[in-house]
Amino acid sequence: MIRDQGLLSKIWRFAVWAVVGLFVLNLLAVIVVVIINSFSTRWLGTWLPAGWTTRWYFSAWKEFQLGSIVLVTFQIAFAVVLISGLIGVMTAYALARRDFPGKRAIILMFLLPLLIPPLTYGIPLATLLYKMGFGGTFWGAVLINLVPSVPFVVLVMIPFVEQIDPRIEAAARVFGAGTTSLFIRVLFPLLLPGMLAALLLVLVRTVAMFELTFLIAGPTTQTLVVSLYYAVFASGVRASQSIDAMAVVYMVTTLIWLVLALQFVSPTQIVARAKQQ
Amino acid sequence: MPATTTPDRGRERLELRDLRRSFGSFNALDGIDLTIEPGEFIALLGPSGCGKSTALNCIAGLLALTGGEIRLGGARIDQLEPERRGFGMVFQSYALFPHMNVRKNVGFGLAMQGIRGAEANRRIQDALGLVRLESQAEKLPGQLSGGQQQRVAIARAVVIRPPVVLMDEPLSNLDAKLRLEMRADIRGIHDQIGSTTIYVTHDQDEALSMADRIVVMSEGRIEQIGTPQELYQRPDNLTVADFMGFRTRIPGRVVSVAGSEAELDIEGGRVRATVRGAIRPGDAATLSVRPEDLVATPGEGIPATVESMEYRGRAWFGLASAPDGTRLYFRSGEALPRGAATTLTPTPGSALVFGEARA
Amino acid sequence: MSAPGNERTGSERMGRERMGSREGGVSFRARLAARGIDGTTLLVLPGLLLMLLLFIYPFAYGIADSLSPAEGPWYANYAKFFGDPFQSRTIAATLWLALPVTLVNLALAVPIAFRVRLMKRQRLLTTILVLPITLGTVFVADGLLTFLGPRGWFNHTLIGLGILDSPVKLTNNYWGVFASLLITGFPFSFLLVLSYVTGIDPAIEHAAATLGAGPRRRFWHIFLPLLVPGLAVTFCLAFVQAYAVFPSAVLLGAPSGPTRVISIAAYQAAFEQSDHAYGTAIAIIMGGVELVIVAGVLALRSLFYSGPVAGTKG
Repeated sequence: MIRDQGLLSKIWRFAVWAVVGLFVLNLLAVIVVVIINSFSTRWLGTWLPAGWTTRWYFSAWKEFQLGSIVLVTFQIAFAVVLISGLIGVMTAYALARRDFPGKRAIILMFLLPLLIPPLTYGIPLATLLYKMGFGGTFWGAVLINLVPSVPFVVLVMIPFVEQIDPRIEAAARVFGAGTTSLFIRVLFPLLLPGMLAALLLVLVRTVAMFELTFLIAGPTTQTLVVSLYYAVFASGVRASQSIDAMAVVYMVTTLIWLVLALQFVSPTQIVARAKQQ
Repeated sequence: MPATTTPDRGRERLELRDLRRSFGSFNALDGIDLTIEPGEFIALLGPSGCGKSTALNCIAGLLALTGGEIRLGGARIDQLEPERRGFGMVFQSYALFPHMNVRKNVGFGLAMQGIRGAEANRRIQDALGLVRLESQAEKLPGQLSGGQQQRVAIARAVVIRPPVVLMDEPLSNLDAKLRLEMRADIRGIHDQIGSTTIYVTHDQDEALSMADRIVVMSEGRIEQIGTPQELYQRPDNLTVADFMGFRTRIPGRVVSVAGSEAELDIEGGRVRATVRGAIRPGDAATLSVRPEDLVATPGEGIPATVESMEYRGRAWFGLASAPDGTRLYFRSGEALPRGAATTLTPTPGSALVFGEARA
Repeated sequence: MSAPGNERTGSERMGRERMGSREGGVSFRARLAARGIDGTTLLVLPGLLLMLLLFIYPFAYGIADSLSPAEGPWYANYAKFFGDPFQSRTIAATLWLALPVTLVNLALAVPIAFRVRLMKRQRLLTTILVLPITLGTVFVADGLLTFLGPRGWFNHTLIGLGILDSPVKLTNNYWGVFASLLITGFPFSFLLVLSYVTGIDPAIEHAAATLGAGPRRRFWHIFLPLLVPGLAVTFCLAFVQAYAVFPSAVLLGAPSGPTRVISIAAYQAAFEQSDHAYGTAIAIIMGGVELVIVAGVLALRSLFYSGPVAGTKG
């Protein structure tokens, strides 16, 4: 890469890095204040709180029934991951390997949920789910979350499938592999890194998905992020430290999967996948 | 073909003095000294990772030096940005501007120099004529074949009449037949425009057939500089010999040295060979010979067992192994069966002996 | 299989007929396969079915629902929205947030991506930037409420540096929502732009440099034209996210005032007033406005070169 010298470009470079530095500083500060506040006895208008404590975590765990909320969150997220993984990978495989009439329309259909605001399709879908008695239920939350998740898996997996040379499959067939052993011994291991990445990202996205879960969740099917929303919405009712303790719990449950996902994809790829089509 | 020859360009000598470039603790260039005369066609030859492309990028200014200097016509240019050196460069991946048609691609350098209008059009037309692409001027690069794209890239590099044209493995993305055609084209263009050309390649045939002088590089250093004939006949060391097709290497010990001739004891016999480098009687040494110069002659020479044979038109070539396992590549007038015992003799004056013991 | 003599046995004729009919079957399958339909193609069916049931059907149902109001003509729900300034104003309020934020995010992302592409260790920076995207708007809103609040670090620092005399109000108004869209939207735009910028074959830039183009001209003549399609897509995706702003507009903004965005209007109609037909109508208006803007940007994009930029290899 070419690096140019000269005063103007030095000033420009400095300015750009200054903006980056400021942004990162503010971004980290937003996260750090939540963590600090959750551990503070009292924190008002000073740099650091008056004292430190872990008691908010215990009170938040009881007050918000975090135990069952975390459990429900993971149940919903894992169900979404399992279903969208199975269906998404199958669909992606067919779309990547075959050219057939109507394929473009199908791809467009998988692209639309990522382009339309979630509320636009979420409100009619939630209305329908309520009518069918899924309102506030576990499966209602799973179904509404499948709408963005399946297309996401499909769009992430298509390039992954495409990069596997079809001749490898042909070779496996020549050497006598049937469909089952072709899938288990050849395709699955080759697709595994892509699948793990896609599914971990679906997990992260489902845990963090507010808008859709919010529309359908009932008292027993609130995920962490929905409970967090209600808690912040009604702030003043509870101590802010207690809310922030819940926020930290939420943050940890999200970031675990992010860290895992980053073993398979780079941060740039996480957003850039969406642009592929 | 139109006359684009500009005798005043390319009349400047390019001097590289102790060029160094390191990436962390790795020295990609470890002291390169080279003087290139005006109008010369120089090939930088070496295996991948030998530093030849790094050298080219440093000359172009795309990579900063970590030591040494570059002079053009006596003036230092190594601190200049690439855009102020005025060199033309042709890339392995063509690097055409995908959003501009052929005419705009070729005219880009002229536009950057502020040359527009009739003068620019005439020069673009001349350059396109040089590469025989006048009829493709309005097409986008994506609509051209690989060979055509590379010709556009050459036209784009020479249209600015650079003192030096740098070419980074320009033919390696083309198929074999096209490569042969383009070799002649590139040498022809070089002769017409009179610029100095530095051509990076890992293909010794390309280097031998095109260059005035070849610079063989290995591990960031220059191994040997010479005309194609010099390198082909008198490689200085085993690395260069290897590149020049001396495939068979037989370990041995020097018996006697007389002028440029030495006698060498090897497994199964004693051979005479031309000395390369300083050797004394008693030294361990390596005998090196090309397959076409090691002939299966019944009854005398190095005993060997035939491993495989292949027919290459005029003669049979084969691989045999000596009793100690040394691999011997040889020529034969007839097909020999696998496992047959034969004896191999170097043709007179063809074998070289290097004072390095390397198998 | 030729029979001796001219006589053909019945069984042989039958055999031929059977073969003939099988050939017909094979050729039908072969004809389907030639059009790309075979067992593998059928693997799309579960996904297709799921999307038809959970996306297309509810959507169609919603449109029908919104077009059959309890009273009034078929367009009554839409007329109600546009006839009520308190509701129709939400379109302007949403755009007034989403468009400036998207432009700012993109304007920051391009020069920064150009710097960062030269960085050897981008991983740390990109990992930090992916945090707000994964944490989501609710968490960011919670953090910003503390951080930007009158007694938060932001005001504390500015007062400490002597830039401000008294705290500036940055929450429960337009700027609170703006800040949250900046924190989640800039990293998103930046990472997308970075992937586009690094997707351009560096040799193209090198070629421009050796041909005499300085950094500025390389940017304007080479990079920008090649990036325009990518920037258009980035703009659309970033705009879609900002436009759909919902939780942070409630938590950080003034949800009954200037940051009453259209998603709040849709949600309130559908779930607080339980008028799902009206709520769906607003949701569809919301999607329509967004698609108009996205389509406009993509139409502009088609005026530019949009082929491969990675150079030809092999």
